[in-house]
Amino acid sequence: MDVSIDFAGLKLKNPILTASGTFGFGLEFKRFGDLESLGGIVVKGLSLKPREGNPMPRIAETPCGMLNAIGIQNPGVEEFINKKLPKLPWKTLPVLANLYATDAAEFGELAGVLAGEEGVAALEVNVSCPNVKEGGIAFGQDPRQITKVAEAVKKNAGNKPVIIKLSPNVTDITVCAKAAEDGGADGLSLINTLSGMAVDIERRTPRLANVIGGLSGPAVKPVALRCVYQAVNAVKIPVMGLGGITTAEDAAEFLLVGAKAVQIGTGNFLSPDTAFKVAEELSKVLERVKAESIDEFIGSLQLPK
Amino acid sequence: MSANNCRAVKVISNKPLGLSSPGEEIVELKLEYPDWKPGWRAGQFVMIRPISWPLDLVWGRPFSICNADETSLTILFQVVGRGTARLLELKEGDEVNIWGPLGNFFSKPQNRPVLMLAGGMGIAPFCGYVDSHPQPENLKLFFAHRPPLENYPYKGISGKVDVEDIRETKPTDIPAIIARVEELVKEYADNDGLIVACGPTPFLKTIWNAANKYGADAELSLENRMACGVGACLGCVCKDGDDHHTQVCTTGPVFKANNLSLEG
Ligand SMILES: Cc1cc2nc3c(=O)[nH]c(=O)nc-3n(C[C@H](O)[C@H](O)[C@H](O)COP(=O)(O)OP(=O)(O)OC[C@H]3O[C@@H](n4cnc5c(N)ncnc54)[C@H](O)[C@@H]3O)c2cc1C
Ligand SMILES: Cc1cc2nc3c(=O)[nH]c(=O)nc-3n(C[C@H](O)[C@H](O)[C@H](O)COP(=O)(O)O)c2cc1C
Ligand code: FES
Repeated sequence: MDVSIDFAGLKLKNPILTASGTFGFGLEFKRFGDLESLGGIVVKGLSLKPREGNPMPRIAETPCGMLNAIGIQNPGVEEFINKKLPKLPWKTLPVLANLYATDAAEFGELAGVLAGEEGVAALEVNVSCPNVKEGGIAFGQDPRQITKVAEAVKKNAGNKPVIIKLSPNVTDITVCAKAAEDGGADGLSLINTLSGMAVDIERRTPRLANVIGGLSGPAVKPVALRCVYQAVNAVKIPVMGLGGITTAEDAAEFLLVGAKAVQIGTGNFLSPDTAFKVAEELSKVLERVKAESIDEFIGSLQLPK
Repeated sequence: MSANNCRAVKVISNKPLGLSSPGEEIVELKLEYPDWKPGWRAGQFVMIRPISWPLDLVWGRPFSICNADETSLTILFQVVGRGTARLLELKEGDEVNIWGPLGNFFSKPQNRPVLMLAGGMGIAPFCGYVDSHPQPENLKLFFAHRPPLENYPYKGISGKVDVEDIRETKPTDIPAIIARVEELVKEYADNDGLIVACGPTPFLKTIWNAANKYGADAELSLENRMACGVGACLGCVCKDGDDHHTQVCTTGPVFKANNLSLEG
C-alpha cells in the first residue's frame, strides 16, 4: 500500500518520522538502516547559541518509560547548519529542525536563521520542554505565549511549514492547540514529555540531578493518544502524534485517532532500528486491518453511538 | 540498504563463574558472533537487549566486549539490578538483540610498558586486550576486586602477563589500594609507560588524580548509564578537558586522562 502523505505541504513517503532528542542529528543511525526509508527526521533541539545542558545524572529508566533532564544540550544552530546538515541526504529525506528559545523574539530570530536553509524542510517549535527554566514548560502552558511564538516564528520562517510542539502538562490541550493555530501554525506535534520524578530510597536522593524530568516511552502512550485525539478535533491544521510508539501497530493507533504522521522517540532506544522497522511494516499493518488507503484510515475511529 | 549493525543473535552459553553468590553473580555470557565487518577492538562495547525483555526494561544495557572470535562474542556481567538479573535467566538458544561494536578503544603501543588497572568488572575488556596485544611481555595487570579471584575470568590473563591483585574485603582496605595505585601510576609515568584503566568511578578518580599529579599517559574507560549507546540521547555525558559535556558512548568510553574531567 502506498503510505505517502502530505503534511502541511511536506511530501512524506511515509508518515514515520523520528522525534527530536532521540535520533541525534540522524547521522548516528546511518549504520542501522537507510535514513531515506523514513518519512523524515526531526533533529535534536537547536538554540541560537550552544548549550551545555543540565548536570549528570540526566536519565533514569522507569516502568515502561524513562525520565530525562538533558536540558537541550546542543552545539547551536550555526554548527548544525555548517557541520551536520550537509552530511544528511536532505534532498531525499525531509529534515525538520526543532527550535528552542526563551522568548518569542528569540524564537523568531532562530526561525530567521533557518528560513534560508535549503536542507531544512520544516520548523518544529518546542514550547514545551520540562527541563529548562526559561522558555520551557511554563511557557508552553500559557496560550497567549504559544500564539505569540507561533506568530514570531511564522513571520520569519519564509515558506517553511511551522509546526508547534505542545506539552501534555496542561489542563486543556485543545486551548493550546487552538492558540497555536491562531498564531498561524501550519501543523502541531504532540506530545512532548510529561513532567515526572524518580527517587532512590537507598541513597535518599532524586535519580536526576535536575530532580524533575520528562517522562517518555510506552508508559505515556495513552496520554499521548488522548491528547492527539482531542487536538485533532479542535483544530483544522494537521497533527503529528508521538509518545510511546515502538511498533507499526502503535503508529497505526495514532493515525486512527487522526494524526497524519507520527514520530518515534524513546522507541529508538529499545533498538536503534525501531523507526526503520516501523516505516517498513506500517503498510502491512494497514493492509492487515483492511484499510483501503492511508487517507481513508487516518481519523477513521468509530466512536460508540 | 546501509549495513545493519543491529541484529538478533543466539545465546551459546550463560554461566555464573566460580562460586558467585546469589544476587551478585558474575556471569560469562557467550553469544553468536554478530557478523561484524571489519571487526572490533578491545575497549569497545555492545548494547544488548534480549528479545524476551518486556517493555518495562526500555533500554539495552552496555557491556564491554570481553572477547570475540569469528564464531562467538563473550561478555562478562555482574548482577547488580533489574536488567542484569534478567540477563542471568537467559538460556542457550534464546535470542538477544545486540548493537555494536560501539565507542573507541584502548591504544596498543609497541615497545612501551603498559599497565592495566582493573577494578572489579573493569577486568572484562582486558581479556581481549591481552589476547590481541602483540607484545604481552610488556604488559602488567593490577587487579583490585571484592569477590574471590575464581569468580573472574582471571586465568586467561594471569598465564600471559605479569599480575598483581589485591582483594577488598572491608572499607578499611581501600587506603592501601589507593596508595598502591598511586605508586604504580608514578612508576609508569617515570618510565614513559601507558596506563589503561577500567572500573568503578571512585577507582577511576583515584587514577585520574594520580595521572594528573605525575603527568602519566593514561586512558580511562568510563561506565556511565546509557539509553541509546550511539550518541543520540546525550544521557551519558561526562566533562571533557575543556569542561564541555561530551558523550561517553561515542567520544569514549575510553578517554585520555588529560582530556577528561572527573572533578566533583
Ligand atoms: C561502556 C560500558 C561498559 C560496561 N561494561 C560492563 C561489563 O563488562 N560488565 C559489567 O558487569 N558491567 C558493565 N557495565 C555496567 C553495566 O552496563 C551495568 O551494570 C548495567 O547496565 C546494570 O543494569 P541493571 O539493569 O542490572 O541495573 P539497574 O537496575 O539499572 O541499576 C541497578 C544499580 O546499579 C547501578 N548502575 C546501573 N548501571 C550503572 C552504571 N553504568 N554505572 C554505575 N552504576 C550503575 C544503579 O545506580 C543501581 O544502583 C558497563 C557500562 C558501560 C557504560
Ligand atoms: C533523551 C530525550 C531528549 C529529548 N530532547 C528533545 C528536544 O531537544 N526537543 C524536543 O522538542 N523534544 C525532545 N524530547 C521529547 C521527544 O521528542 C518526545 O516528544 C517525547 O520523548 C515523547 O515521545 P516518545 O515517548 O516516543 O519518546 C526528548 C526526549 C528524550 C527521551
Ligand atoms: S547513551 Fe545516548 S548519547 Fe550516549
